[in-house]
Amino acid sequence: MTGKYIAMLIMVAIVTLGVIPSTFADEVVVYSARKEHLIKPLFDLYAKETGTKVRYITGNAGVLMQRIKAEGSRTRADILLTVDAGNLWHAADEGLFQPVKSRVLEKNIPSHLRDPDNRWFGLSVRARTIAYNTDRVSPEELSTYENLGSPKWKGRLVLRTSKKVYNQSLTAMLIVEHGLSKTEEIIRSWVHNLSTEPFSSDTKVLESIAAGQGDVGIINTYYFGRLMNKKPGLPLALFWPDQDGNGVHVNISGAGVTTHARHRDEAIKLLEWLSAPAAQTIFADSNMEYPVHNDAKLHSIVKSWGSFRENFINVSRSGELQAEAIKLMDRAGYR
Amino acid sequence: MTNEVCPKGSLMEPLLEMKEIYQAYGKNLVIRNLFLTLKKGQIGCLLGPSGCGKTSVLRTIAGFEKILSGEIMLHGKSVSRNGLSVPPEKRRIGMVFQDYALFPHLTVFDNVAFGLKTDNKARKLTLVSELLEKMDLDRISERYPHELSGGQQQRVALARSLAPGPDLLLMDEPFSNLDATLRESLSLSVRKILKESGATALMVTHNQSEAFAMADEIGVMYEGKIVQWDSAYNLYHRPNSLIVADFVGDGVLLPAVINSNGKVETALGTLNGETVGPVPSGKAIRILIRPEDVVHDDDSPQTAEVVEKSFRGASILYTLLLPDGEKVLSLVPSHHKHPIGSHIGIRAEVTDLVLF
Amino acid sequence: MIIRRLGSNLLPARPSAWRLFAALFAAAVMIPLSIILLSFTKPAGDVWRHLSQTLLTDLIINTLKLAIGVGTVTAILGVSLAWLTAVCEFPGRKFFTWSLFLPLAFPTYVLAFVFLGMLDYSSPLQILLRQHSLPTLSGFRSSWGVIFVMSLSLYPYVYLLARDAFSTQGKRALEAAQSLGHTKTEGFFKVALPMARPWIAGGLMLVLMEVLADFGAVSIFNYDTFTTAIYKAWFGFFSLAAAAQLSSILVVFALIILGIENSLRSRMQFTSMGRDAFRKERLHLGGAMKVFAVSYAFLILFVSFVVPVIQLILWTTASFRYEFSSRYFDFLGHSLVLGIITAAIICLLALILSYAGRHHPDILSSILTRICTMGYALPGTVLAIGIFIPVAAADGFLADAAGALLNVEPGPVLQGTIFVMVAAYIVRFMAPGFNSIDSSMRRITRSIDESARTLGSKGLPMLYRIHLPILKGGLFSAAALVFVDVMKEMPITLMTRPFGWDTLAVKIFELTSEGEWERAALPALTLILVGIIPVALLTRQADD
Repeated sequence: MTGKYIAMLIMVAIVTLGVIPSTFADEVVVYSARKEHLIKPLFDLYAKETGTKVRYITGNAGVLMQRIKAEGSRTRADILLTVDAGNLWHAADEGLFQPVKSRVLEKNIPSHLRDPDNRWFGLSVRARTIAYNTDRVSPEELSTYENLGSPKWKGRLVLRTSKKVYNQSLTAMLIVEHGLSKTEEIIRSWVHNLSTEPFSSDTKVLESIAAGQGDVGIINTYYFGRLMNKKPGLPLALFWPDQDGNGVHVNISGAGVTTHARHRDEAIKLLEWLSAPAAQTIFADSNMEYPVHNDAKLHSIVKSWGSFRENFINVSRSGELQAEAIKLMDRAGYR
Repeated sequence: MTNEVCPKGSLMEPLLEMKEIYQAYGKNLVIRNLFLTLKKGQIGCLLGPSGCGKTSVLRTIAGFEKILSGEIMLHGKSVSRNGLSVPPEKRRIGMVFQDYALFPHLTVFDNVAFGLKTDNKARKLTLVSELLEKMDLDRISERYPHELSGGQQQRVALARSLAPGPDLLLMDEPFSNLDATLRESLSLSVRKILKESGATALMVTHNQSEAFAMADEIGVMYEGKIVQWDSAYNLYHRPNSLIVADFVGDGVLLPAVINSNGKVETALGTLNGETVGPVPSGKAIRILIRPEDVVHDDDSPQTAEVVEKSFRGASILYTLLLPDGEKVLSLVPSHHKHPIGSHIGIRAEVTDLVLF
Repeated sequence: MIIRRLGSNLLPARPSAWRLFAALFAAAVMIPLSIILLSFTKPAGDVWRHLSQTLLTDLIINTLKLAIGVGTVTAILGVSLAWLTAVCEFPGRKFFTWSLFLPLAFPTYVLAFVFLGMLDYSSPLQILLRQHSLPTLSGFRSSWGVIFVMSLSLYPYVYLLARDAFSTQGKRALEAAQSLGHTKTEGFFKVALPMARPWIAGGLMLVLMEVLADFGAVSIFNYDTFTTAIYKAWFGFFSLAAAAQLSSILVVFALIILGIENSLRSRMQFTSMGRDAFRKERLHLGGAMKVFAVSYAFLILFVSFVVPVIQLILWTTASFRYEFSSRYFDFLGHSLVLGIITAAIICLLALILSYAGRHHPDILSSILTRICTMGYALPGTVLAIGIFIPVAAADGFLADAAGALLNVEPGPVLQGTIFVMVAAYIVRFMAPGFNSIDSSMRRITRSIDESARTLGSKGLPMLYRIHLPILKGGLFSAAALVFVDVMKEMPITLMTRPFGWDTLAVKIFELTSEGEWERAALPALTLILVGIIPVALLTRQADD
């Protein structure tokens, strides 16, 4: 008998401990794939300026999306903030976002960095570009992404795993530019040139290049920034490929308002705030990224990397072709 | 202790000789100044209460434990000494453990065959089958230990240790896990098998009836020493010390006085009989009176009061109170039923006078 | 034919409350499992075809490589160390006996990034070696590296169980063999080792389940296994169906392993040789062997625990200033709370399950038990999928009901609470909890029960006064093991945690997925330091 009572008590305890959630009026709930230390300062600032509290959980993009999907109309998320256009495209494709008509957002954010159907909006830009070992490579030797597959780079190329969405988007863009079969050739040639098995992070790619395990690699610019900050003496530098052609591949971190958002208006307001120059600078600076707003100021280190021509294909195409890209990379043996 | 010096190689050369053995566990001495000799074909037994060190003796002979000082010799060759300890597997000694230690993952057949060194399958088969048949185990040779009864397990353990034909067989409380009837029948059959095979064996037990049934000679052990090494009869009728007298058989000690004629006087009267062993000097002499020494005789003028009775089947063991306040035991055929409190006639019939 | 089996009962055969509870629990566990298995029937067409064509063979090969590699190494390590510490005597034995358990406090994924950080091409050590033209270690970031790291992390499971076997019958096996003319070495291989087979195999089963379920370590090594493929299918291809199909294959493997383990555990009852009745004298090792034993034990301890801890401390001191914040106390607190709650619930449920099996020792009970403990072999990701869906459905139902009856629009009731998380933990970690408690339960012989009844004690009072004291050891082990497991758990927590419920494990993963290994050292070190306490207590208890 007592056993049963104890069991019941425990059940009650769990539920209460979990704190039966209730929703408050003046707040926005964000599911964010951007790490906490990147968003907390901004959200705190927003709360201070506007009085609206921002509640958030962080997690992996795919995980968050599946969660919103599973939660259905009961979801508590008002905004999904995630990295990589591919993820945003999928979220929209899964019906997780609702279209938002906002002149402010349209004005602040260039059109190739937001959804043509207004379901999601880019809030910062990251460039996925080439990094090289300054002791062993001179910039003249580099040209395009595709060129990294040429025989002269045999045994000298270092890449991150194909499982990371950044590479999937890159490949997707290549498919847009070159078509399926040519892109598969390109990827195969990259795999052929690998000096070691793909790494699980960009930082390790950079360290590997610095140590001489390879000479060139493809990474997101902010990882470069972070590493050079920590270890300034490393023989690494950035190169902007394809300046005469399509330009540097860029990707965004961005957000959209969820279909079943309970605080729709507050959510739109938050997004608009984030797209304004002041917030933009903070948003981009915190991770050494590029703001979407053309007038926002750049981080000094980011500025020092120089300007470059960026690829203007609408980033949503990365999402469209993500599945194809993954399959292609699997076929080409790119792990 | 009889410790004859024998020429080497003679038939009379002892198989096992233990001299001045001391062994300790931690800071406690468990074996003190122990002497033991076993001749070929002899079945010996160490009898004593728990903690007297008898299992330790066994384990030192087997080579599982080292001795502090002294010497153990097998076939005249030294196997244990300070600085020398021949490993157990080289001593050609078989051991039956108290819990049998059968290998649970092997069948009865494989268990018994385990110690055989020959690779010849046919020979193995013959040897083992013969042994199993002799011990009445042939019908269960494919069973596993957990499928056997206690008696069967014991026989398998015995067969297993006999199969390699060891020089000496050690048995640690071999029957303690069995019920009384099984114990009795097995004691007799095991002794028969051992004698038939000419094996030399040493067993340890705390159970007197086992010892009496199995062994040729028994050593009563107490606190690490062998107090008396003798036949069962002698231990019973001619104990050399209070310890032995106390441990072996039932009995009481009555105060006694040697009168001017050299006869022993007790509360039971003057006793006729031969004294056994040296007559102790001094005033406080006591004599051992066994239950069968006090005979119930209705015609006897001497009486005693029944204070306790214990029915034993064929006989009743009465505890009787003598007029002077001393108690004696009396074994009486059981159809003589006398209630507690009644007075019965008794008479002393002591042939061996054991005095302390 | 007398079979000494704790089986036939004198207790009533009609279903008791115990069995009801057990059945309910098993049914609850079956829900996520069936959802996963049912997804196997839904056509995932394209994605599945792609996966099976390009990846499936590699996945199977890789998984087999890991299983065989890790299985072999842990078996050798675990058995040899168990023999040395359970049966032999050498300097430092007492210390090594419990300290060799310490790797249990290390999550495999932490060991993974520590060793990669130390031994990969661009690590300070390798750079140093190259600078001085010394031979370097190449190819660590390969299946060998994964096997190495996993083996060091998981050998304690085999060590634990083999010790159990050897300490009760190791020496006796040797003596029996010696009395039959075999040397000690022969005795070890011909008797002691075969007799310990069920225990060793039991430990290996635990190891294999951990290998199958691992996600963190293989991600860090970028080594493709079923778990990474499931992740890819679900979050890369957004195909829940394909993910579920892959999961169902894993479930089948898990069932096989669990089946083997179950039959082995029942064999253990028959495989006892009787305890050493005589006092426990250990096997004293001679000169050269003594040196070997000490060096060997020390080497393993050093590599699997000391070196990683030192590396973590070095990294922590470097990154402390910018990584540490007051949030860390929250993370720690969450980890602790979740661990304790889950441990408590699992102990309770395991007790119920064990009693159900005791009162009804039949096939149904073993099936129920098997179902309830199956979660251990499933990756956290898979379980999360399976639990999410019914919880969301239940929530929907509750909300609809509330809306209809009370005319309110509540938010999700179950989602967004730690209910989902704890439920997933329970399904996932029932096995270690149950095994400990059930082993203790089997020590309560029928005659103990019967003597208690003759003394007037039965039912719950008997449980209280007699069973619980005997079960204390098993309960404590179960609680400690589950606590440590929950603290280390990462995939489920990552996916199902409510607002503000980040744990240390989550923090570690976030940082390592960004390649920030130095920063991950701080939460990692905290996790390990907390985990050492229950591990040390557990193992002190088991010490001879």
